[in-house]
Amino acid sequence: MNGRFSPARVFAMLGKEFIQMRRDRMTLAMLIGIPLMQLFIFGYAINMVPKHLATAVSISDPGLFSDSIVAAIGNSSYFDVVKATNSPAEARRMLADGRVSFVVDIPVNFSRDLVRGAHPSLLVEADATDPAAGSYAISALSGLVNTALRDDLTGPLASRAAPTPAFAVVVHSLYNPEANTQYNIVPGLLAVILTMTMVMATSIALTRERERGTYENLLAMPTHPLEIMIGKITPNIFVGAFQSALILVVAKFVFGVPMIGSLALLAVAGSFYIAALLAVGYTFSTMAQNQMQAMQMTFFFFMPSIMLSGFIFPFHGMPQWAQWIGEALPITHFLRIVRGILLKGSGIPEIWPDVWPMILFLFVAGTVAVRRFRKTLD
Amino acid sequence: MSDNLAIDVHGLTKRFGKKTAVNQVDIAVPEGQVWGFLGPNGSGKTTTIRMLCGLLNADAGEGTCLGYDFRTQSEQIKLETGYMTQKFSFWEDLSIRENLDFVARLYQLPKRRALVDQTLEKLGLKDRQNQLAGALSGGWKQRLALAACTLHSPKLLLLDEPTAGVDPKARRDFWDTIHDLSSEGITVLVSTHYMDEAERCDRIVFISVGNIVARGTVAEIIAASGLVTFTVEGGGARQLADRLRGLPGVVFVSFFGALLHVSGYDRALLEAALAPYRHDPNLMIRETPPSLEDVFIQLQQNNGGENA
Repeated sequence: MNGRFSPARVFAMLGKEFIQMRRDRMTLAMLIGIPLMQLFIFGYAINMVPKHLATAVSISDPGLFSDSIVAAIGNSSYFDVVKATNSPAEARRMLADGRVSFVVDIPVNFSRDLVRGAHPSLLVEADATDPAAGSYAISALSGLVNTALRDDLTGPLASRAAPTPAFAVVVHSLYNPEANTQYNIVPGLLAVILTMTMVMATSIALTRERERGTYENLLAMPTHPLEIMIGKITPNIFVGAFQSALILVVAKFVFGVPMIGSLALLAVAGSFYIAALLAVGYTFSTMAQNQMQAMQMTFFFFMPSIMLSGFIFPFHGMPQWAQWIGEALPITHFLRIVRGILLKGSGIPEIWPDVWPMILFLFVAGTVAVRRFRKTLD
Repeated sequence: MSDNLAIDVHGLTKRFGKKTAVNQVDIAVPEGQVWGFLGPNGSGKTTTIRMLCGLLNADAGEGTCLGYDFRTQSEQIKLETGYMTQKFSFWEDLSIRENLDFVARLYQLPKRRALVDQTLEKLGLKDRQNQLAGALSGGWKQRLALAACTLHSPKLLLLDEPTAGVDPKARRDFWDTIHDLSSEGITVLVSTHYMDEAERCDRIVFISVGNIVARGTVAEIIAASGLVTFTVEGGGARQLADRLRGLPGVVFVSFFGALLHVSGYDRALLEAALAPYRHDPNLMIRETPPSLEDVFIQLQQNNGGENA
């Protein structure tokens, strides 16, 4: 009779776990503090489209055209002209010192060559130690200068202005027209924060009992593995749900992230995701000998999840092998689902290709977790 | 006392990797008796107890605990056995009451609330029931642990060094409780390092490096040891110890308080070794029956225990 699963004992386990969770203020604070901290760091401090980059202009050919160029650059939100100098050496030194990210070099005889139709070059030197930082600004620059000079190159000089192309390429940036980084990052954080806290909280579940010696006692009493597992995992489901709600509320009311799709659908997809993470965490907790090891395993899972999922770096920019690893991680799929539902308004047909891999992962990880569970101390 | 055996196992063996922790151990404890399980640290006592209550799978061996096959029916055994671990293993972040209540719920005991109340009353912890278990002193933790693992009225108690780190008064009280439980018919297997505790057991099993090397009543074990012991008392006894060590026939020399015990197997050789000191007016030398501790040290030395 005892070998069978008993709901009464599940409630006994649950009661114990909730009391312990309530008393462990530090962990509880962490489970709420981590999401908030990440939200505000990623939401406010990190910007993939940097603006107001310090720029020096080296003017070896003062005049109307250089004034227009400097004004146009200064007016754009990408650049802040911090220095206009007639010494190319000084400008370059500022770039070397890191005081500016760009040097725009207007060469000697720029105006004369322009008027003569000799196609002078405008040299832009960029600090490319961080390739991503300047790419948006650089791509904006050429259009900026052309527009600036068009107003000056009128009348007889009109032919010197950049010719209007024979056709226009019109780009519509869909789903996030203003290229607002927060719209991409904040929904992604839902996936990242759940990965971190769910796996971590669950991986220390059994480990803590083992470390404190109470696990032996638990096993010596009539308990079924499934009862222990449910008792350990359920409180974390509540934490996960709470964290998700917290993140979504902050996303909507603090960062103004659009929420086009169905939140109910997101909740369903999220449940599969949380279940997959709990299975991973529980597997770790059957393997780790102490809480330190459990933490290390969590980070072993967390690092590729952050790096290879498309959370920070564009997924399709990675080499094929890295994409394969990424596809195997549940976070990659949940990221697509969250962004799809919130930003694109995706429905079931659109997200299904990312739902079934999560279910498959859940099934595999869950099987491992249950099989790894030992009823003995062997 | 009945003839039924509460524990009846043969050939119990456990290996960890290449090391054999427990080797071919046979134990047969009649119902209602208190058996002492002695042996140096690392000799396999804990491993044996864990196998009996299903916490470790035995590599070999067969037999029964409370009539259940200990290899396949550990679920039933757990229901009727109380196991007290060496280290306090109740939840320090739960209160005293919550710990007892949790145990009662796991065993699905009827009238839980009343039972817990009653237990708290008996323990004398009623006023402190809402304190966290972690705040209790060593002696109280031990009493709580015993109360918790007897809450479900087990027929068999397995106690793994229950009195380690507990003061003498608490130890005495603890053993009184054990004897009370025993007189109610509970079978007890208790591992210990304390000789006075061993002497309170009906039978002793001595295990060393995984093998049982002696068993029986205290008197039987002492008789079987073949040991002859002289005690030396007096001012110069301390200096004497170093001089006696290594002499022919002197197997070991050890202090019991101020008393020096000199033990060996050959009475004549021991007499010869002690002869030069016989007439020292400061020393009183006489033959005494060897104590259990003498036998313990001898068994440990002979069998290459960890601390030998």
